[in-house]
Amino acid sequence: MSQTLIVSSSPHAKGDLTVARIMWGVVIALVPVFVASALVFGARAIMAVLVTSAACVVTEYVIQRYFLKQRATVSDGSAVVTGMLLAFNVSVAVPMWQLVVGSIVAIGVAKMAFGGLGANPFNPALIGRAFMTVSFPVHMNTWPLPQQTLLSLGADRVTGATALGQIADAKALGEPLTTIAAELPSYWQLFLGTVGGSMGEISALAVLIGGAYMLYRQLISWETPVIFLGTLAVITGTFWVIDPTAYADPLFHVLAGGAMLGAWFMATDMTTSPMSRNGKIVFAVGCGFITAVIRLFGGFPEGVTYAILIMNAFVPIIDNKLRPRRFGKGAAA
Amino acid sequence: MGVVKTFPMGGVHPPENKLTADSAIQVLDPPSEVAILLGQHIGAPAEPLVQKGDTVKVGTLIGEGKAFISANVHSSVSGTVKRIDQALDAAGFRKPAVIISVEGDEWEEHIDRSSTLVTEITTPPEDIVRRIKTAGIVGMGGAAFPTNVKYMVPEGKHIDTLLINGVECEPFLTADHRLMLEHPQEILVGIEILRRALQVDRAVVGIELNKPDAIEEMTRHAEQFSNIEVYGLKVQYPQGAEKQLIKAILDREVPGGKLPLDVGCVVNNIGTALAAYHQIQKNRPLIDRVVTVTGTSLPNRGNFLVRIGTPFSHTIEAAGGMPQDVAKVIAGGPMMGKAVPDLSVTVTKGTSGILLLDKKAAQRHETVACIRCSKCVTVCPIGLEPYLLEKLARVEYWEQADEHDVLDCIECGSCSYICPSNRPLLDYIKVGKVKVHEMRRASAS
Repeated sequence: MSQTLIVSSSPHAKGDLTVARIMWGVVIALVPVFVASALVFGARAIMAVLVTSAACVVTEYVIQRYFLKQRATVSDGSAVVTGMLLAFNVSVAVPMWQLVVGSIVAIGVAKMAFGGLGANPFNPALIGRAFMTVSFPVHMNTWPLPQQTLLSLGADRVTGATALGQIADAKALGEPLTTIAAELPSYWQLFLGTVGGSMGEISALAVLIGGAYMLYRQLISWETPVIFLGTLAVITGTFWVIDPTAYADPLFHVLAGGAMLGAWFMATDMTTSPMSRNGKIVFAVGCGFITAVIRLFGGFPEGVTYAILIMNAFVPIIDNKLRPRRFGKGAAA
Repeated sequence: MGVVKTFPMGGVHPPENKLTADSAIQVLDPPSEVAILLGQHIGAPAEPLVQKGDTVKVGTLIGEGKAFISANVHSSVSGTVKRIDQALDAAGFRKPAVIISVEGDEWEEHIDRSSTLVTEITTPPEDIVRRIKTAGIVGMGGAAFPTNVKYMVPEGKHIDTLLINGVECEPFLTADHRLMLEHPQEILVGIEILRRALQVDRAVVGIELNKPDAIEEMTRHAEQFSNIEVYGLKVQYPQGAEKQLIKAILDREVPGGKLPLDVGCVVNNIGTALAAYHQIQKNRPLIDRVVTVTGTSLPNRGNFLVRIGTPFSHTIEAAGGMPQDVAKVIAGGPMMGKAVPDLSVTVTKGTSGILLLDKKAAQRHETVACIRCSKCVTVCPIGLEPYLLEKLARVEYWEQADEHDVLDCIECGSCSYICPSNRPLLDYIKVGKVKVHEMRRASAS
């Protein structure tokens, strides 16, 4: 009866959710995407993912351990998530050293320079990708076609335009879409991912399996991806209805390019998206809107990266203006 | 069984751990000495009516609640008043108490100790409220707010419903569950008494669906009362929080700083209804209560009918003795209970449980950076932003904390429970509430 008792404030119960469980949960959710990229682009895709993941982990470890003299927290898995997403957001043609540079920028600049885990305003993987797009434009815009020598680690492959690239090219030439309709991939190809594109964005199916897993684990809320893609579909659909010869249909826009990967894995990044449900909805609408505008009227064929990064910048304002409804406020009393 | 209802926003579902749900209430013999706190309730402490050397019986009034918000205190044992002294309360503060050395078990003559059920209610409404005050009845769910005060409805407020809280949403606790199983008829007569005192046509009992046997038992007996309904509620913490219960059953929202009577209802606990039955039908003031004494390593855990003023140590001995691995003892449940500093703390009218946690469960985990996962915002049943309130409290921005409704927090603990970064969200919010109250008082004076 003489034990010393711990006294602390309530609650005295703690749920089993931890940062590591969340991050490793996202890693598990990315496994189908990883498998799809490996099946479509072969061993080189596997190597790319290993290189970016390792580079991100090492960068974070070195900065924490030797620059900041902190305890390294790489075991929480967040650097692995950034690394995997970075690889999934670029072409399999990108040389390994460029992937390392992109990883160092993603973790070193976009994450650690802002204060590390939880403090970065922009999605680190997307900052890494944006940096690589302007720094290494040739490789970043070379799109090897699928179904090649799967065991080859080399970057020397037969390439072609992505589906969105084909549309942008037709637009630039002023040709109606009907002239290239036969060359465009089918919905089925886009859904399964047997097309050219960034390593992780090609297979809508793989993204959806991972997304379903994250919903089941409550790692994301359904509003962000559904409303992001819904907004994209509504805007592109409006233009398609007006002129189907000049604009692709909404299903094509949802399935092609990085919309699926961006909506499920990038826009849902906890740190760089709003806190309230209403905030998340506005954020998702903004992402879908900007993606559609860039795709339809911009100079790039794809706009998901910039749409999300631009909306990341609005998060503090959104958090400030869109708060959860307080219980009892606005209710008759 | 009625409709399944719940509150619409927030909440968590901690492991229920109702380890003592099947153990029938056991009567615990009085200890050799009790320390009955004069302030067991919210409000002013009662003033002592006895002195050192006085002899008292079970049911003797020993403290009088003179302030508007206060409550009478009765002796729970027979014996001699040893001294009026300070004793530890569950929060670790020294509070005035009457220390009685127990001799025999002699009850005041007017108390009917028989177990015969008395269903006929002859007491008129005004007398019911007066006698609830006399009996020292306070909310038995944990907050211990003097019950009679709830029944003094101010001019201009219209009350239409009496809600009875049989939710018991705190993990581990089973006291209310056992009461509903073993004393449904007394409880229902008690509810009928309270309903008449409040002069409303409708009384609704809310019970969480994890107690289907209690729902069945209460529903079956409620058929004899045309004005009492029983609702099953979704198992979701904090279903039993007053505001959440009102929202779930009546779909009315009590705004921050307002009371249930502002939305036309009064909420009482199952145990409170039973206490009303005992006083009105049996002349028995509030001198004991059912306490769940539990813990994963406690050998003979169970539900005990314990005299008010019994030291925790006595109840733990009865439950098999203090296991070696216990590192924390909680008065109440794990979500909102208080960790007591030592086992001399005594059972009060609001002690629903005594929970023993081992070292692993007692220890907090290392706090890491907030990753803005927004779980705290999602689970807050009041729609607050706990992550922001913590941040504001850390930098002592009390005005901003006030603007962001820190005072509306009901301290359910869902935010701290869910936080993957183990942030002490509620700790800082509680500090914020105290500071904002101080700030408001300072600016008001």
